[in-house]
Amino acid sequence: MAEAARSPRRGEAPLLRVRDLAKFFDVSPPLITRVVTRQPRAILKAVDGVSFEIPEGRTFSLVGESGCGKSTVARLVVRLYEPTRGSIEFEGTNLATLNSRRAMAPVRGRLQMIFQDPYASLNPRWRVADIIAEPIRNHRLIQGNAAIARRVGELLEHVRLSPKDGEKFPHEFSGGQRQRISIARALASNPDFLVCDEPTSALDVSVQAQILNLMKDLQRDLGLTYLFISHDLAVVYHISDFVGVMYLGRLVEWSDARSLFHNPQHPYTRMLLEAIPDLEMTGKARTAVAGEVPSPISPPPGCHFHPRCPLANDRCRAEAPKAVPRSGGQVTCHAVEEGRLPARSRGNGARA
Amino acid sequence: MAASGTARLLEVRDLRVEFPTRRGTLVAVNGVSFHIDEGEVLGVVGESGAGKSLTGAAIIGLLEPPGRIAGGEVRLEGRRIDDLPYEQMRQVRGAEIGMIFQDPLTSLNPLYTVGRQLTETLRTHTDLGESAARRRAMELLSEVGIPSPKSRIDHYPHQFSGGMRQRVVIALALCANPRLIIADEPTTALDVSIQAQIITLLKRLCRDHGAAVMLITHDMGVIAETADRVAVMYAGRLVEVGPVEQVIRDARHPYTHGLMGSIPKVGHNAERLTQIEGSMPRLTEIPAGCAFHPRCPMVMDRCAAERPELMPATGSEAACWLFDEAAMAAQRRG
Repeated sequence: MAEAARSPRRGEAPLLRVRDLAKFFDVSPPLITRVVTRQPRAILKAVDGVSFEIPEGRTFSLVGESGCGKSTVARLVVRLYEPTRGSIEFEGTNLATLNSRRAMAPVRGRLQMIFQDPYASLNPRWRVADIIAEPIRNHRLIQGNAAIARRVGELLEHVRLSPKDGEKFPHEFSGGQRQRISIARALASNPDFLVCDEPTSALDVSVQAQILNLMKDLQRDLGLTYLFISHDLAVVYHISDFVGVMYLGRLVEWSDARSLFHNPQHPYTRMLLEAIPDLEMTGKARTAVAGEVPSPISPPPGCHFHPRCPLANDRCRAEAPKAVPRSGGQVTCHAVEEGRLPARSRGNGARA
Repeated sequence: MAASGTARLLEVRDLRVEFPTRRGTLVAVNGVSFHIDEGEVLGVVGESGAGKSLTGAAIIGLLEPPGRIAGGEVRLEGRRIDDLPYEQMRQVRGAEIGMIFQDPLTSLNPLYTVGRQLTETLRTHTDLGESAARRRAMELLSEVGIPSPKSRIDHYPHQFSGGMRQRVVIALALCANPRLIIADEPTTALDVSIQAQIITLLKRLCRDHGAAVMLITHDMGVIAETADRVAVMYAGRLVEVGPVEQVIRDARHPYTHGLMGSIPKVGHNAERLTQIEGSMPRLTEIPAGCAFHPRCPMVMDRCAAERPELMPATGSEAACWLFDEAAMAAQRRG
């Protein structure tokens, strides 16, 4: 998109580099049940070998259906979860090896997160000013109450609220305003990098537009880098520079947003794009997709997508595909690698 | 728009829903009038709190107390149904109006198999015997695309996935071949690929069964590919009603216009989305005159004083003084 309009601060050096990241959850029944019923351990591979990088000042989005592991990646990146495997390099420091609070402290303030539900993520008993001041006090960024109050007022203005709103409690605000408060709190420690987990999914569409516009303004003004998690492809198209598509714990395709949407390679990406309701061509039926997402506890062997894939063959059913380059990114598909991929029947995003 | 001559199936006139509270009466639906023709799909859109679900609940007599219909009337095929006694309304629900709700888990009984729920509904509303009802239940399950209905019929709701559950709910709604189906956010809880399947199914079945649909949703995409006409609600009032293409491509009311612009679209490279400043007023503080006037970019003096009714607005109907013929004529003369 409009490169020239971007501030010169943005380089191409990756701020965050994630390599072979994995997170397994043990969801086995209790030991005694296992012994009695002779069940094996059950391991849920929520994220299984995900690699990507995000250049400074850009937005990388992860999309996928529920249960694909996109939110787990978000939580791994800010170390709310311990990774099972892999590395998370933030400006060259591997966060996965920082095992104590003290070791995390220098980077903690620079990585912040915005959650989906603005009702659950703000303490209802605290005044908004205290909520926003908490990171400032915790990280001892500013000394003195007057200086902190000034900074809180400034942050509220950043998110287009009034400094007077600091005196109120969260319940006095609408969902969109609460999400602005969450953003102000995330900005309080002067972060470089924000992880946004479905920040607009709980909001109405006109409020979503306000928040997306605000996020773009803040990115431009403060040079922020975003990892954006969403299930809404249209939102992702609007906000992203790079997009990764996840399916059952694996990244099946990633690329710059434009080529991913205009020239999707992986059959799953194509399927998702065709399932978007088309607002312009009223009356045109979208291609309904066959099948459902299988259980992540016992995913299909080989390529996880093969039971729903029109191009699946014996190799897909047996062997997990490796990532191969595509224009602007990578794709993980045997059909692409072998050149079996047919041309797309209908370009959903081919206009513009 | 439906061809002239098609019969009016549902007629809602001046509907008003109130919630008496200790701090005064909240008017959640205020003077809403619309109709649905036979076999037609009417989409009702609006943001949370606009009153779209309450309108649906009022029509089928399922308003939760203390909510009540405080004015207006609802007619189904000419017969008034808003003042029916409870038992008679129960007969109308299910037999003449089917319902599909957002969360399939709340509309299915977790303790009964889906087969039992289907046969019970069939036996209540039709004169089928036990074994005939079971056969019909199996037919319905296969009609809504549930694989191997012979074994699935004896499964409990928790053994189905979200998409499959919503299929069962659709089968339940269709049991008695109702003339009208009220679907309240039927796809909101589903993933986008499953959503496409359910919408396609709902459309096909309603066409096959000749049922009209009142589709309540906040998702313009779902409306775009399903509805014949759209009704847009704001703060308990209808602000625009018109054919789906007209409303989506060229909305007349400033609110609808802003709403359409605020939806991000794949293929549009806008740096910013259209933004409607502020938020929808709470029910306790709905402004006088047009409820949208404090946020409206086209606001005039008159908007704060007088409430506009729906009026013809090239292609659709909008409740906005911009389309007041008399005033426009006067302006031209002046």
